[in-house]
Amino acid sequence: MPTIRVQSDPFSLGDEAEDFAKGRTDTGAVVTFTGIVRDTGGMSRMEIEHYPGMTEKAISGIVDQAMERWSLDDALVIHRHGSLAPGERIMMVATASRHRIAAFEAAEFLMDYLKSRAPFWKKEYGPDGAEWVAAKDEDEDALSRW
Amino acid sequence: MLDVMYFAWVRERIGEPRETVTTEAATVADLVAELKAREPRYEAAFADLSALRVAVDQELSDFDAPLAGVREVAFFPPMTGG
Repeated sequence: MPTIRVQSDPFSLGDEAEDFAKGRTDTGAVVTFTGIVRDTGGMSRMEIEHYPGMTEKAISGIVDQAMERWSLDDALVIHRHGSLAPGERIMMVATASRHRIAAFEAAEFLMDYLKSRAPFWKKEYGPDGAEWVAAKDEDEDALSRW
Repeated sequence: MLDVMYFAWVRERIGEPRETVTTEAATVADLVAELKAREPRYEAAFADLSALRVAVDQELSDFDAPLAGVREVAFFPPMTGG
């Protein structure tokens, strides 16, 4: 059963990766990806807003697609909301599969879809005030490869 | 009775995160037209529909979507997760 967590609390990358990987005997590959808040020029913090209810549903739909398409053994998505400082981890994805290529591809698929199909919005606070992060055309284009 | 929700800069322009609307609007586009006619803050939020996305009962949808039987409609800019 895949795990989906939407939370404001920080998470430990090490603990999550260890928990996800342990006890598997027929999984050949675990891939993890971690997103980190990047300072884009004097940014002091980022606020992430989301749509409670739809967020979990949307992520669940994306994860179900990945599980089926790559016959994954398991998947994990953690995505934070609220106030985050540069260097903090925003989110992580983990995939478990018999084979490495499926685990990598599924992780990329999850990331591409989480970027533009999960209802999160980022606002950056910097020296010149606050600004909503605009979605990029290339993020939308990235979906077409799947 | 419809719960209408707003997120990110749409919420900021309208000035509240959600409201209950009594409407006979047949589609999302009809609802938008009704809201725009109400007050300038709605006009400001819905000025450019190409910059907006809509979810109907928590599923990503479009402005032609019918509202019969719908409980919740949400308006927001393109999502920036990950």
